[in-house]
Amino acid sequence: MEAESLHLEVDYVGSSGTILSPEQKAALQTSLVILKNNQKFNRVYYWGKILGVKDDYFIAQGIGKDEMNDKTTLYSKDCVNWNLLPPATDAMKKTSRLAKGRFTGDPSYEFEHVEVKKTYGENDEVQEEEETIPIKEEDRLASVISDIDNDVSIVPRAAFIKRPAGQVVKNRSFEGLTVQEAAKLSSYMHFRDAVKLNEKTLLQRANLDKAIDFLDIIEEDIPKGSWSLQFERGSGLVTLRSLLWLGYVFYHVPGTRKFGCVYTGTGEKNQDLPFML
Amino acid sequence: MEDSEFNESYYSNAKSYLLTCSTDTGANLYDHLSHLLTKILIGTPADPLATLEEDSRDAKKCRVTSDPQQLRDQWHFDHKWNLASKQIKLFQKHDHNPSTPESEDEDILPNLMRIAHYFELSGEGIQREEMFRIWLAMNQFLSSELYPIENIRLWGKVLGTRRNYIVLEAELSETEDEETNLEQTSTPLNSPVNCQGGTQDTESDIDSDVIPTTIYRPPPVIPAEQSGTGVNKKTYFVCNEPGEEWIRLPDVTPAQIVCARQIKKFLSGDVNALVISNPPFPGHEMNYLRAQIARISASTVISPQGVYKFDEEAEGEEEEGRDSYVPDPDFEGLTMAELADPEIRYWVHHVPYILPQGRTKWFNPVHLKHQEEMDEGEEEDEEREEADEPEPEVGPPLLTPILEDEDIDGAPPWVAHYSTKLVPEYAVAILHSSLWPGAHAFAVEQGKYFENIYIGWGMKYTATHLEPVLPPLPQLEFPSGPETTEDEDPTPEVEAAWRKRQQEWARKMEEEAEAAEEEESDEDDY
Repeated sequence: MEAESLHLEVDYVGSSGTILSPEQKAALQTSLVILKNNQKFNRVYYWGKILGVKDDYFIAQGIGKDEMNDKTTLYSKDCVNWNLLPPATDAMKKTSRLAKGRFTGDPSYEFEHVEVKKTYGENDEVQEEEETIPIKEEDRLASVISDIDNDVSIVPRAAFIKRPAGQVVKNRSFEGLTVQEAAKLSSYMHFRDAVKLNEKTLLQRANLDKAIDFLDIIEEDIPKGSWSLQFERGSGLVTLRSLLWLGYVFYHVPGTRKFGCVYTGTGEKNQDLPFML
Repeated sequence: MEDSEFNESYYSNAKSYLLTCSTDTGANLYDHLSHLLTKILIGTPADPLATLEEDSRDAKKCRVTSDPQQLRDQWHFDHKWNLASKQIKLFQKHDHNPSTPESEDEDILPNLMRIAHYFELSGEGIQREEMFRIWLAMNQFLSSELYPIENIRLWGKVLGTRRNYIVLEAELSETEDEETNLEQTSTPLNSPVNCQGGTQDTESDIDSDVIPTTIYRPPPVIPAEQSGTGVNKKTYFVCNEPGEEWIRLPDVTPAQIVCARQIKKFLSGDVNALVISNPPFPGHEMNYLRAQIARISASTVISPQGVYKFDEEAEGEEEEGRDSYVPDPDFEGLTMAELADPEIRYWVHHVPYILPQGRTKWFNPVHLKHQEEMDEGEEEDEEREEADEPEPEVGPPLLTPILEDEDIDGAPPWVAHYSTKLVPEYAVAILHSSLWPGAHAFAVEQGKYFENIYIGWGMKYTATHLEPVLPPLPQLEFPSGPETTEDEDPTPEVEAAWRKRQQEWARKMEEEAEAAEEEESDEDDY
């Protein structure tokens, strides 16, 4: 959610158990402004909180010109001092998925993943080599945030448009979804480079508006039912909770431009999702 | 003459065209223009051309027209309005029942806003407006006096896929009949077929083909604990939104707890929904929710050490363990450092541990077996299996410190924080559970004021993935017996010998028959 309206918008996610204490709200309001200035961001978002065993990490993202690709992620333990996280590369993500268990809360902690490699030596002997792959907690943090953004970060349809040059910017004439539209999963789209869109046939793509429908809709997510859509306050607020990454909440007030998302959780994917539905 | 007739027809056409009424207002252009020109000629404004359009508009406005749209605006059904109208009732003051004194109600209702305030300081909980509505709903529930409630507190909020649950925990003063409670437990969906299994009666009925019966005997059903004791000490009420009616959850049976431990399912928000799982859950979502609430309470409802102590006056039940506690009036308090101790030495559980059997007190299933056998009263010559006295299951006793809880993969089961490091004099000690993410407890005032809450999905944390129970293997083959074992085909010699025997036997029968006839004829002769 946007840092400027943080203290108002955090009320919208309160019903999912995500609240900020007055101290945290006050600290964030101050430190995010300083952060924006120092790092010359266009906009700063409060991304969420990753709970560690001993301590929690508060995550913020700064956006440059391009909303989708120009993102910088920072973390803090006390909402005041922010540290930059390295951008997550594919190799980093691959090794980070091997680390199991919760985050410890100490950014310099190293997880150790032991891989047993069987090599066939001479005379067909099976030799087992144990390779310990160290995974730094910071790297794991960056990869998890990138994974969450990739998997579950969503926006309402027509909230962002793609300029002819390819930049993704906010749509100034977005007035919000109607209540009927907000009840359908097809009105929400993944905020990432489209994957399923390219697999659609030309006939299906003919009716889409290239400026608006350049993202995947969440209705086609597998497994079906991995999003929980609920109306709070009658029809005054629609909340989408992801069941794949438990703790991710997206909210939208139908009829207005307000929408946003936040993640509060342990930073672990819910691998048992198909059993739980 | 023709010209003038022509002109006249032109003129009349033109005039009738100008006289056509407009469909909107019923006026026509001819009248409007004549009216306008008359106005201009009377008024003689300075620049008639510049103000022509405005004058024309004014002329149209002056005309009184009736609105053809006589329909009233249709009122549009709105969910927002629906919910708001339910919740507005919460905000109406209730008159207390004159028979019960007011002071009773005031004692029971906890100061939820104070609790919400401390949780908010620690960064946990749900937002204040919703807490306030829940508080009002609690108040309304108490004053409606449907149930004889002694104690009540907000247990927490459980999120579901379609709707959420708000859960209240209450202690009822009178124990109701067990029957009324168990009636609410819905019939099990896939109850194991209770075969009258048993003994291989090989002697009886060889004539008809006997379908082999199974030798499976379902394990004895362990009875649930009575309402008001053990797992069912407290009663739980749920609703989806504050303002709706509170639904009472039925008591939980050990079978439900055992099954709930093996499955992991999301709640949908509808108490009557089916829980489709393997092993099949004996009940509906209300039973599953109740089982999860029981497990969460047993693991995560804690209090600072010393607040409660064992009741000295209760009769010594040293073997089974003490199960009641009372507030200790001599509790001196703990310092903030002790309350937020990272080792968590100073907090204890005050809800009894649930044994693997599904109860808090061990129940010997052998008793049940003997009871069954006595009921049947049959005297079959069964070989009584040696009654293996199963070992009684033991769990940690009540008021065990959390220190003794098991770690999860090396991570501590509880994590303690201060709510603020900047103002330590007024900090709140807050504990989060790692085993059940979403369970929190806080303490202030040296431990004298504390509370627990659960806000989450109702799932236990497992470091490894869920390993679902596989369905049992089907019975492979018929049990081997004389009818099902293959015999070897007879060899030609054996066949020849048999044939010979048959012929001899046939001949013998003939001779005997002849002999019998002769005797008969002899008899007849006499």
